[in-house]
Amino acid sequence: MAALDELTTKAPAGPPPRRRLGPGRALVGAGRRMWRWLTSMRTALILLFLLALAAIPGSLLPQRNLNIDKVNQYLRQHPTLGPVLDHLWAYNVFSSPWFSAIYLLLFISLVGCVIPRLRAHIGAVMRVPPDAPSRLERLPAHAEGLDLPGDPATVAGRLSDLLRGRRFRVEVREQADGGRTVSAEKGHLKETGNILFHFSLLAILIAVALGSWYGYHADRLVVQGSDQGFCNTLQQYDQYGLGARVSPGSLEPFCLDLTSFEARYLANGEPSVYKAFVDYTIGDGPAKSTVIRVNHPLRLSHARIYLLGTGYAPVVKYTDRYGHSQTEVAPFLSTDAMQTSSGVIEFPDANVDPAKGVDPNDKRQVAFSGIFLPTVPSDPSVGHSAFPAERNPALMLTMYQGDLGLDAGIPTSVYSLDQHQIDTGRLKKVGDPIQLKPGQAKTLQDGTKIQFLGTRPWAAMQVRYDPGETLVLIGAVCLLVGLIVMLLGRRLRVWFRVPPQGPVTAGALARSVYPGFLTEFESIVEEARAGQSRPTPRGTQ
Amino acid sequence: MAALSDHLLVLAILAYALAMLTYAAEYAFSNRGMVARVAVRERPRELVAAGAPVGTGGPLDEPGPVDLAKRPAPAGPAADPRVATWAGRAATALTLLGWLAQLGCLMARGFAAHRVPWGNMYEFVLAVTLVGATAWLVLLIRRPSIRPLGLFVALALVILLGIDGVKLYTPVAPLVPALNSYWLKIHVTAAVTASGILMVGFVAAALTLVRTGYEAGKTRFPYSLGARLPAADGLERLAFRLHAFAFPIWTFAIICGAIWAEAAWGRYWGWDPKETWAFVAWVIYAGYLHARATPSVKRTIATWIAVIGWGAMMINLFVVNLVVSGLHSYAGVG
Repeated sequence: MAALDELTTKAPAGPPPRRRLGPGRALVGAGRRMWRWLTSMRTALILLFLLALAAIPGSLLPQRNLNIDKVNQYLRQHPTLGPVLDHLWAYNVFSSPWFSAIYLLLFISLVGCVIPRLRAHIGAVMRVPPDAPSRLERLPAHAEGLDLPGDPATVAGRLSDLLRGRRFRVEVREQADGGRTVSAEKGHLKETGNILFHFSLLAILIAVALGSWYGYHADRLVVQGSDQGFCNTLQQYDQYGLGARVSPGSLEPFCLDLTSFEARYLANGEPSVYKAFVDYTIGDGPAKSTVIRVNHPLRLSHARIYLLGTGYAPVVKYTDRYGHSQTEVAPFLSTDAMQTSSGVIEFPDANVDPAKGVDPNDKRQVAFSGIFLPTVPSDPSVGHSAFPAERNPALMLTMYQGDLGLDAGIPTSVYSLDQHQIDTGRLKKVGDPIQLKPGQAKTLQDGTKIQFLGTRPWAAMQVRYDPGETLVLIGAVCLLVGLIVMLLGRRLRVWFRVPPQGPVTAGALARSVYPGFLTEFESIVEEARAGQSRPTPRGTQ
Repeated sequence: MAALSDHLLVLAILAYALAMLTYAAEYAFSNRGMVARVAVRERPRELVAAGAPVGTGGPLDEPGPVDLAKRPAPAGPAADPRVATWAGRAATALTLLGWLAQLGCLMARGFAAHRVPWGNMYEFVLAVTLVGATAWLVLLIRRPSIRPLGLFVALALVILLGIDGVKLYTPVAPLVPALNSYWLKIHVTAAVTASGILMVGFVAAALTLVRTGYEAGKTRFPYSLGARLPAADGLERLAFRLHAFAFPIWTFAIICGAIWAEAAWGRYWGWDPKETWAFVAWVIYAGYLHARATPSVKRTIATWIAVIGWGAMMINLFVVNLVVSGLHSYAGVG
């Protein structure tokens, strides 16, 4: 403001500067108008609505951060509309520029609104309650003709004690005519709550940003057994997401393995208990044992480990044509609620002639594509498990031989065979599918042997770290406290005018009319009457 | 126990439906005098020495004498105050009966399942409507003059419970392990309480719009219903108070949900469809409270925002549970 005034007063001094100042002034003016527009309540309301509207597509369209497979499926099903929506960030709504723009504008508007309010509020709290208006009878609630005995100073003193007892801030002023006015005010807590609420929102936003910069999450499927554990390094994860400011070397150094897994199911196959018994070490510390359950993660100081799901990993022993045997543990992924599981078991080092070594042009690598049923149904042609626990387990395997395509350097799924290798004939199906019970062994068409040793359970684990979490929680609690205080708080001002002689008048003003406003004023007046007339016996009145 | 619960649901729906009919009878047969008498009886106590102008103080839902004077004579069937009085009493009694039956229904369900009876969508709607009915009865006891709203509250209860019993019914079953946490009690109870109160708040808000239209001289269908409603001013304040009461509870429900999500899913917020819509509803209701606190925004616009907020709540309940799949989908029909 001062700068603007200076400019306008300077302008007439010399004729040419007018031109030079024009654009600057226009810019300042436009900026000022923009700021006023942005921080107005109307704009804040519009932005709030836009925020609500903008969140809706995120719940109706598949989102990449929730389920990438569904996004890809949607893109396949909608070849024309799909890519257009993709360009509009419709599958990443909550990290899209337009969603961010709305909430950032909203928060700027919030800052612009709340900071001046904070300043004004501090001023209001410091200030003494204002003097009584000249005509109390014009106030929404007022009482006249209060006959309070005593000289003005004494009456004012008693009134002020009464109001202080009711948690009012009170100021007594002497008037020119020798009378007194008593001004009382309460309810600053309401505005305090309001400001706390809005600052809590800002704190939550900052905490969320902190969490996304300095946090990470990673998934790992852990098969039971000390030979199958993992350590908290990126190489050992199936998939992960690092915050922008997280370096891979800074992850909490823990290692974990699954010692056993307990799953119990209801009669209808719904799971009732999942318990993962794990051993873990932090850095060079001693090994500890614990249980991870759904709703009860393992909480380390800079990481938390969650149990997400479970399944079976068949253990298979294969003896190749040179009599060399290998044992593989291959986690299978369940395809339905009854744990019908599918996966592949690969033996890339099979059938290597000990005399000649690997022949790159005539690979005889072996893989089995399999389906595991923990409970074979009474009608075996159904092909789906009848129950998720191992009541009557069986493993169905189809053998493939040839080049598994693992040397191409392209990452491939460990749960399915490389379809490209099969299509190009480099990997060929051998013989008919075979079915194995645990412990059972069979000789295959080419004379090699396969044995199904049994299964081990696996647990899908997720490792997470979010340093903003505590702050979000504190912010949320403050927000709720602020909200309640703001909604319950009552801003009320009460005045008494005590003239040198004659009856006292009273009046009250509420910031917002609320129920009980009159009742409260009435009870103050009653108390003033009763308190002042205490010396005289009640009966005589 | 499960069978008892089912029978009591039928009884509750019947009682609410009958209550609706008797509320309607009271609505049809009451005349201005009746409403005016209630209004006079309920007028705020005034200060002995105070001359408080009407409309600035006093209980919020009071149709002040000024409003009554402005009110046009009601059109419709011949008024019979005696019928209206009896119908009104019967309606209140029937609502109470329905409430008792519903309470029994929910409790029997809890005993049958050995857990808190809000573990799936059917039970959730049951609990929400119970809270709504409770809120309505509490209001009715404290301010008998709002009884004309009863017709619409009962309508909302019958519709929601009807959908619940017919479309969402789920046999008694234990909880899936993901739900087996004490947060279920805290988070869902808060959500149920907030939703129930917001339901009554929505009825009050919607009727505020009807009554406002009526007072502005509109005579077409929805506005014609406004003839026997309390004055728009009081209704609007009632709607605001209900929303202002429910909003912190809703906030608490979302916060508890976030704490639970952190323990169960590893993140406090993940834009799951249920979370997204809870957020949308929260933002709309926050917008309502802001709009109402802003003098430059018309009260009608603010009230419309509250009505839209309930729309978001309903989408969150029905569309998200039944159409969209997400992490909360176990809350759907079992």
